[in-house]
Amino acid sequence: MSINKDLVAASSTALVLAILAEGDSYGYAILRRVRELSGGALEWTDGMLYPVLHRLERSGLIESRWAKSESGRRRKYYRMTDAGRDQLADERRQWQAVDKTLGKLWSAIADCADISVGLVPLLQRS
Amino acid sequence: MDQEHTVNPAPGSLETQIGAWRAHLRKSHTIKSPDAAELEDHLREQIASLSAGGLSDDEAFLVAVKRMGAIDALTREFAREHSDRLWKQLVLSSDAEQGDGETAASGWSRKMWMALALAVAAAVAIKIPALFGLPFDAEPARAFYPRNISFFALPFIAAYFAWDRPLALRGRMALAAAFAVAAALVNTYPFAFSPKGEPGHTFILTMLHLPIALWMCVGVAYVGGRWRGSDRRMDFIRFTGELFIYYVLIALGGGVLMALSVAIFEAIGIKLEPYLQNWIVPCGVVGASVIATWLVEAKQSVIENMAPVLTRIFTPLFALLLLAFIATMVWTGRGFDVKREILIAFDLLLVVVFGLLLYSISARDGLARPGLADWIQLTLVGAALVVDVLALWAIGSRISSFGFTPNRVAALGENVILLANLGGSVLLYAGFLRGRVAFSRLLNWQTFYLYIFAAWAAVVALLFPLLFGFA
Repeated sequence: MSINKDLVAASSTALVLAILAEGDSYGYAILRRVRELSGGALEWTDGMLYPVLHRLERSGLIESRWAKSESGRRRKYYRMTDAGRDQLADERRQWQAVDKTLGKLWSAIADCADISVGLVPLLQRS
Repeated sequence: MDQEHTVNPAPGSLETQIGAWRAHLRKSHTIKSPDAAELEDHLREQIASLSAGGLSDDEAFLVAVKRMGAIDALTREFAREHSDRLWKQLVLSSDAEQGDGETAASGWSRKMWMALALAVAAAVAIKIPALFGLPFDAEPARAFYPRNISFFALPFIAAYFAWDRPLALRGRMALAAAFAVAAALVNTYPFAFSPKGEPGHTFILTMLHLPIALWMCVGVAYVGGRWRGSDRRMDFIRFTGELFIYYVLIALGGGVLMALSVAIFEAIGIKLEPYLQNWIVPCGVVGASVIATWLVEAKQSVIENMAPVLTRIFTPLFALLLLAFIATMVWTGRGFDVKREILIAFDLLLVVVFGLLLYSISARDGLARPGLADWIQLTLVGAALVVDVLALWAIGSRISSFGFTPNRVAALGENVILLANLGGSVLLYAGFLRGRVAFSRLLNWQTFYLYIFAAWAAVVALLFPLLFGFA
């Protein structure tokens, strides 16, 4: 299963912020974490993560600094700001609302499906 | 895949491959070198992890590049995010043009013909009233031309964008309606004229403010009806600045052309002035506005954006002027000589400072660290605020004794609006310099103000005549 592009784009802010809430990180590690958590279902083209990070940085939700990595290369690390924390709380409420709504619908549909499965043979017989 | 990527691995070949990839990346103007370094770090990390999983360097490089995404798609995505960089690169005007070069080229010439057609239409439109007995040079009844000054150029610029941008039918209708309503109102308002035919205050105020209000309608067409995003509005502000500069340049060229033609025809005893005044000047003035619009759109990459360059020159100079002014006031102990025109003078000062601020932040990289230029900017705006508040203070006690004429109410209103804008900017700018506020907040504040300018201009242009009895 792969998740459609719009959905990936829509969830990117929440994903990045939530991962940075666990601690400072950098592009490659963020991506690895997303892959790990989603079991590969959330497939980002690697390069596309960076425009997202830059957008968040520009709107002040995260901030960056260059530092030496353990391999000795210069690497750009990202850190969440207070504004980012507020935004994450907001995103979280929104996603939970979406999740809850869909959850109710899934179970409603499941009930319907049970009935209709029972009805089909009846209808076919008549 | 490039040749280099498939040749036999030689010592250091991974480095050469990464070098080639980086060079390719850097060809795009939208990915700057820190961004490229960040992406390269990612690529190397990916390669290292793949190599650890047992792939050869070559294989690891190929997989890593593939995962990174096609460079074209990547640069497009960066361009979309960093629209300030993109603005210079012509990619912006519509997504449809991201096809191959051929269609893009024909798209441009199509636009050129459309601009030419609209320029001719504007030139014809300004001569049509002459057919109905309203010659351009004679003073016709009730100042027909000044009254309609907004409607000879702006609708054509708006039409160009309405045609060029993917604007919904409803949006186009709303634009047409806005222009039609404004035209109807202005032409039916019974403005008062003195017995000598001189117009009253409200007439002049309407003439000055209606173009500003309608310019915001052009802005709606410019952003293709999607005016909610701060970035799109900022693009429109950039466009306005460039258009102004292009227009001034074209006007200067036109002036030289006309002066020369008068001079050389004079040499053979033919007087050209009447033709120039009646035909070339009015047609040129309106036609050039449409051509300038197209030029700004088409030639963004030819010169660097000029407005930010000019602001960079004049910001320190104006800051010095204002500091010198404050110092002189303190040193000599002179107060303001309160005259009636003082409000207008300080309005103009605030407008200039506002313009300098607007165009320097429109070009600033929001992520760059605060530097000397920012402090100069803050000094300029702060000094302007101090001077303006002192002036308002001085006028304050006497403003009611001056009487509330429409001119003064309009001038006072503008002063207050600009004061609030600059005051907010100072707070946000100071917050940004101390690292408390994101630079984008400042951008949002400025672009949000477009609404207020539009609303105020519309109020002065269309409501003031009613409020003040068309005096």
